[in-house]
Amino acid sequence: MNQQLQQRDGYSQLALDLLAKAKRSGATEADIIIAEGETFSVQVRLGAVDRLTKAREKHLGLRVFVGKRSASTSTSDFSPDSLNALVAETCTLAKAVVEDPVSGLPEADQMAGERPDLDLYDPTRLNTEQQIDLAKRVEAAAMSTDERVTNSEGGDFDSSSGRVVLGNSHGFLGEYQSSSFSMSASPVATDPETGAMQRDSWYDVQRKFSKLNSPEAVGLEAARRTVRKLGARKVATQRVPVVFDADIAGSLMGNLCGAVSGYSLYKGASFLAGQLDKSLAPDYVTVYDDGRIVGGLGSRPFDGEGLPTRKTTVVERGVLKSYLLDTYSGRKLGMASTGNASRSVGENPSAGPTNFYLAPGSKTAQEIIKTVKQGLYVTDLIGFGINMVTGDYSRGASGFWIEGGELAYPVEEITIAGNLKDMFAGIEMVGSDLVFRGRIASPTVKIAEMMVAGS
Amino acid sequence: MGELVQLASFGLTEGEVLSALGRVKVRDVDYADLYFESCVSESVSMEETLVKRATKSVSQGVGVRATAGEKTGFAYSDELTKKDLELAADTARYIANSPSGAQALPAPVRQRPTRDLYPVERVQVEVATADRVALLNAIDAEARRYDPRIKNVMASFNTEYKVVVVATSDGTLIGDVQPLSRLQVTCIAEEKGQRQSGSFGGGGRVGFEFYHEGDRHLRFAREAAREAILNLSAVDAPAGVMPVVLGGGWPGILLHEAIGHGLEADFNRKKTSAFSTLLGKRVASDVCTIVDDGTLPGRRGSLNMDDEGTPTSRTTLIENGILRGYITDKLNARLMGIPVTGNGRRESYQSVVLPRMTNTFMLAGTSDPDEIIRSVDRGLYAVSFGGGQVDITNGKFVFSASEAYLIEGGKVTRPVKGATLIGSGPEILTKVSMVGHDLKLDEGIGTCGKDGQSVPVGVGLPTIRIDEITVGGTQR
Repeated sequence: MNQQLQQRDGYSQLALDLLAKAKRSGATEADIIIAEGETFSVQVRLGAVDRLTKAREKHLGLRVFVGKRSASTSTSDFSPDSLNALVAETCTLAKAVVEDPVSGLPEADQMAGERPDLDLYDPTRLNTEQQIDLAKRVEAAAMSTDERVTNSEGGDFDSSSGRVVLGNSHGFLGEYQSSSFSMSASPVATDPETGAMQRDSWYDVQRKFSKLNSPEAVGLEAARRTVRKLGARKVATQRVPVVFDADIAGSLMGNLCGAVSGYSLYKGASFLAGQLDKSLAPDYVTVYDDGRIVGGLGSRPFDGEGLPTRKTTVVERGVLKSYLLDTYSGRKLGMASTGNASRSVGENPSAGPTNFYLAPGSKTAQEIIKTVKQGLYVTDLIGFGINMVTGDYSRGASGFWIEGGELAYPVEEITIAGNLKDMFAGIEMVGSDLVFRGRIASPTVKIAEMMVAGS
Repeated sequence: MGELVQLASFGLTEGEVLSALGRVKVRDVDYADLYFESCVSESVSMEETLVKRATKSVSQGVGVRATAGEKTGFAYSDELTKKDLELAADTARYIANSPSGAQALPAPVRQRPTRDLYPVERVQVEVATADRVALLNAIDAEARRYDPRIKNVMASFNTEYKVVVVATSDGTLIGDVQPLSRLQVTCIAEEKGQRQSGSFGGGGRVGFEFYHEGDRHLRFAREAAREAILNLSAVDAPAGVMPVVLGGGWPGILLHEAIGHGLEADFNRKKTSAFSTLLGKRVASDVCTIVDDGTLPGRRGSLNMDDEGTPTSRTTLIENGILRGYITDKLNARLMGIPVTGNGRRESYQSVVLPRMTNTFMLAGTSDPDEIIRSVDRGLYAVSFGGGQVDITNGKFVFSASEAYLIEGGKVTRPVKGATLIGSGPEILTKVSMVGHDLKLDEGIGTCGKDGQSVPVGVGLPTIRIDEITVGGTQR
């Protein structure tokens, strides 16, 4: 514990030292981020250890401003010589680019003051045998429930923890610790008649070990999702209602997230440019970004620039109310940051989600499927066929054909296409089944109509 | 270029490396290796006519790996002291039954790759920031000159200079220097309140002069601008099954997704690939011969040696329609009893080695490209693509067109909006009825993702006709 404390003070001191050095090398402003972490991951396959990975890593990112010019650098080499060279190089690099009138740190009086404890860290450490056992259990559960599960891509258990220190030349110095525990199973099922194979997977991820689902529950769900795909076929090309399974509906929220990011907006690269305060969806659609959910996978006490995180209503009763902004993209759009600076070490900040989600409605997934006479229930999407500039959407899909309100048979090798603007406007129902398994989440969503291309 | 095994630049002696290797290669370990990597990446980017961002990143570390049977133990460290190496070695060998007992290994033979596919000096890669800025400024001017409807130009230029040393328990100590760069241009066009984008880019294991040869950078700018302007007039894409003609070059992403991933040895050893029972069987029409070739000079997907120190090679995957081989790394080749093809690759010292593609392409056929288009009554002609993805197990793959046209009555007519094409890997190439004589490799922009690891790759294709594939548009 003492050693840990000492190291903590060490990195804060290092940040302060480097900020002072940057100033002496000609920087007018600077910020620095130091991230360190350790990861331990176990993959088992068919009951035996397949891969075991263990590592510690650290990384430091420096951003300097020389007047209105700026540059960012990063290194994993913390030796004094290397860091001294880094400071000098960053200042030289900054002087080589042009002036950007809106560049700079956030205003000094905006920096995060109170830093709530969001309960992001769990000190639990599993030993190697415990972690192997958990990975074996999740795979075994997936393999043992149905004899059509014949093979496996493996069962995984990963744990990681880390710490972020952020400081800037306004005198801001903050840090937080976080951890994550995750497991997954990826079984393969074989159709006993045709020999055709299907694979799917299921997972859970939590900041606290004690909050994880049991490996048995995760493995069973993986098997259920895999076996139900057997016998999948194509359907004829037609326009039908499409229901997105909650897990896959999260990808629609991911698309929305990209479209409301300040950077796509000021570049004119988003189909939602100029749509603020306009109607995007029906009035039962409300979307939040909340950086302060206790224990949330996207939660943090301050953002990548040291501004306080908060809860932002992105879509309120169908109306687009806010973008996701950091200081730079906000200034470009003439708005204040929303505390959404996301920062990977060595990169300039960008604007990204914290915990971004569609507020749940009242219907269960089954009740929603019941309302569809003939249509598609999507459980999987592949490919990158989305044009964020126009909103045009065309992706590979698989799932189930709905007939008379019931799942009739599995389908595959089809595409669904439309335009994201029409898709959001066409949301007919929102499910009650919101579960966070990442930073972006959604309940089940029904869209009035999309083009399904098949045979 | 002199001695390539640059251990000294990692502050280590051969003795220290050998001692760590001996510590990992305990009795029950079949194979062990240490991968030392030092990488400097630099990037400048431009938007709104301003080159306003510059970044530089330095990373250095070692990955230590042991394999025993099907098991892999892996550890990595960004510290390169003797103590850190020993700690990593102890972690990696945990998977072996014998917990300790360092082995004395035979002294390795210091080698350098037998060829140099990218004889590029460091100064040709790490050019002055001012030169990079000038490159991007010229691109901005050229794209805006192309058409006044171009409202924004975003361009970035990235370079990477990677030094690696691989020490293996089978007696190899080998190094390589791997330069890589890429220039990417995206244009936004606007007309009557409607916006569209177009992208183009390229690069390879080349020096900075590559981008000025024949004003390549300006051509990239014009191509991105042209695609954006073209898409302003694009009509909705059709939906359903139809014949599709793929243009040469980058549309070779079809091969990468439809068959390339499915032929990576790991999925076939585990029998989770849709191709795992198809070796020696027909998976394509007899006009199709497809290779993976890591030995092409200067290409983005090329390597003098893979990340296990094996020289890269040219592997025939499909010969006249018959499935001939898989691409392998050492672990999977040993477990399957098949040859090592030099396809063991990793994103960095922080990732494990996996069998990965290098440059994957179809050999030229005999058809005239114009004749191929004339053969289609109603279909799609797709010449540029965004990304693609595949489900290895059921073989379904997608790739998304970013520049495509309708073919009506044997003629290329109107441009259509982007659409995703979906098919089944083991079937799609049996529907290739014509292969052009115009094989083209892509410009050098491809990055392949697998298990969360990204590596640079290349693809190539002549003009081909696919008799039927599902096109995911919105119009009947």
